[in-house]
Amino acid sequence: MATGSNYLIETVDLCKRYGDRAAVDNLNLQVEHGIVYGLLGPNGAGKTTTILMLLGLTEPTSGKAMVNGYDPSRNPLQVKSMVGYLPDNVGFYDEMTGEENLFYTAALNRIAQDEAQRRIKQALKRVGLPDAGHRKVGEYSRGMRQRLGIADVLVKDPKFIIMDEPTLGIDPEGIQELLALIKDLAKEDGRTILISSHLLHQIQQVCDKVGILVQGKLIASGTIDELEQQLVSQEHLELELKAVPGDEKLGDICAAIDGVSKITWNNDMLLLECSRDIREALVKELIAKGYCPTHLSLRGVSLDSIYLRYFHKEEKYYGQSS
Amino acid sequence: MDKAANWQDIKIDFSRVVEANKGLATVVKKEVGDHLSGKRFSILALLVFVTCLGALYIAASTIRTSAGQGELDFVFLLLFTTSGASMPFSFLSFISLLGPLIGLTLGFDAINGERDRRTLSRILSQPIYRDALINGKFIAGVIVIAIIIFGLGFLVAGLGLLITGIPPTLDELFRLIAYLTLSVIYISFWLALSILFSILFRQTSTSALAGVALWLFLAVFFTLLAGMVADGIYPVQDTSDADQVLANTRTEQLISRVSPAYLYSEAVSTIMNPEVRAMGPVLLEQAYGTLKGALSFGQSLLLIWPHVVGLIAAMLICFGLAYISFMRQEIRA
Repeated sequence: MATGSNYLIETVDLCKRYGDRAAVDNLNLQVEHGIVYGLLGPNGAGKTTTILMLLGLTEPTSGKAMVNGYDPSRNPLQVKSMVGYLPDNVGFYDEMTGEENLFYTAALNRIAQDEAQRRIKQALKRVGLPDAGHRKVGEYSRGMRQRLGIADVLVKDPKFIIMDEPTLGIDPEGIQELLALIKDLAKEDGRTILISSHLLHQIQQVCDKVGILVQGKLIASGTIDELEQQLVSQEHLELELKAVPGDEKLGDICAAIDGVSKITWNNDMLLLECSRDIREALVKELIAKGYCPTHLSLRGVSLDSIYLRYFHKEEKYYGQSS
Repeated sequence: MDKAANWQDIKIDFSRVVEANKGLATVVKKEVGDHLSGKRFSILALLVFVTCLGALYIAASTIRTSAGQGELDFVFLLLFTTSGASMPFSFLSFISLLGPLIGLTLGFDAINGERDRRTLSRILSQPIYRDALINGKFIAGVIVIAIIIFGLGFLVAGLGLLITGIPPTLDELFRLIAYLTLSVIYISFWLALSILFSILFRQTSTSALAGVALWLFLAVFFTLLAGMVADGIYPVQDTSDADQVLANTRTEQLISRVSPAYLYSEAVSTIMNPEVRAMGPVLLEQAYGTLKGALSFGQSLLLIWPHVVGLIAAMLICFGLAYISFMRQEIRA
């Protein structure tokens, strides 16, 4: 049944409406085998709805989703046995121990008892909970639950993992460990991973490709480099500049340079909006005039600013229509 | 030849049934375990256990005092149906009063509890069909109810046997089993209802309250209401003729029977009392010339058969509604 498609996930004009509101609007998402894909978007952008449709837990209003050649709403069991899902803010049965919870998952996946035992031990060790398995989940901290959630996914040994907001509510150290684990799961085990998040810089380091989802629409998709290219080639760039001495004249000098369209002071930092990359010309000019640049950076190079940029653009667009 | 082909068909169907219910056994096993080890269940079982032992004690002592006064048939059944002066409750009335509470307790947080704990989406993302969860929860509930009711019934029977020293006849044993089975069906109705509430209401406290409210309404107020409605349609005064009185009584009974609680109590008091020959008003001319005597088990069962069917239907309707609303509900809050 699995087709020879290059993509593990492919959606075609996928839509989900709740009344008048479109949670997911003509989504065309493609995720290749063996990559880490970051689905980014602000809260309420339709990330979780998309994931639920991929798992067959929600029926699409129209359009189609395919996971490894299976339609989740027609063959939910094939899809669900292949996909490990870590819901956002994952929950467990508090009155059961961590191990018992995992055994339940294993039983639902029809994994034999001794095989389950082996996998659970391994999974708990891998997520850093080797000794907590015998404790009741009610005593677990938020971070431990999240780890147990990942162990729960690993017990299933899926070829494809979906994580919904995995970094939410974990301390910074925990996030680093989690990201390292995700990297490991992708590179060592060769699993495909889809991460949804609204915190870009956190998952930037592990994602091979990202898609930006705003108001149910995928407004950009590709590698981070590709997104940068798209951004740099656009009509205007933003430069951050600090220089000594940072007096008023600095602004005048910058304004005189060809290509600068707008200057704003942000405390002691200058924000230059320009129509092309003027960095070289700017530095030469400054030095010639006796100024020394101490900070110069092109906004939009970090994923965060790419995201902000796209997000703002969309917001403006929707702001006008509504 | 034909027969062989039929067998083949059945085999295929069976494997399909297994395929369609993947994970059901796992869910049932887990839920039964949860119920039996939960505090909630222990409290409830203790409550029912103590009250039923109390009822048995009263019944046994009442039987003893009245033993010399006349012939006593069906002593074994009297253990379940007799109430004393100090405690106007028999085993039968305790179960019909507290039984619904067992059903409600087992089911009121079936689905919204999973939602609260955020386990619903995790469980449903495992390779099982969505209905395996709700079917599993219902079946597990019925199993637990059967364990409680049959355990309790046979415990009281055994203790009664020790106290009175009179062994039951086969007829009495059948009646007891029929009674206990009927109780399981009735309590399962409440289980199905509370599961339905747990799907319709997002808060566990709301669904629990809704269940208790309906229980009080059906158990206490509904018969009063039926009487009032019947009096409204067919007012009865001292001067009313027989037709009017009869119509009033029949209407009241008809309305009361809408309530599964009434249906159940009518059915069990008939099956546990072989002397009951008819339900509803009996005219003197109908009773004239009848021979005194008890009905056999089969005849009693025939008398309550519509009730049995009605209770099973009520249970299935409730569960059907729960099933449909669960299948249509969004997983996400």
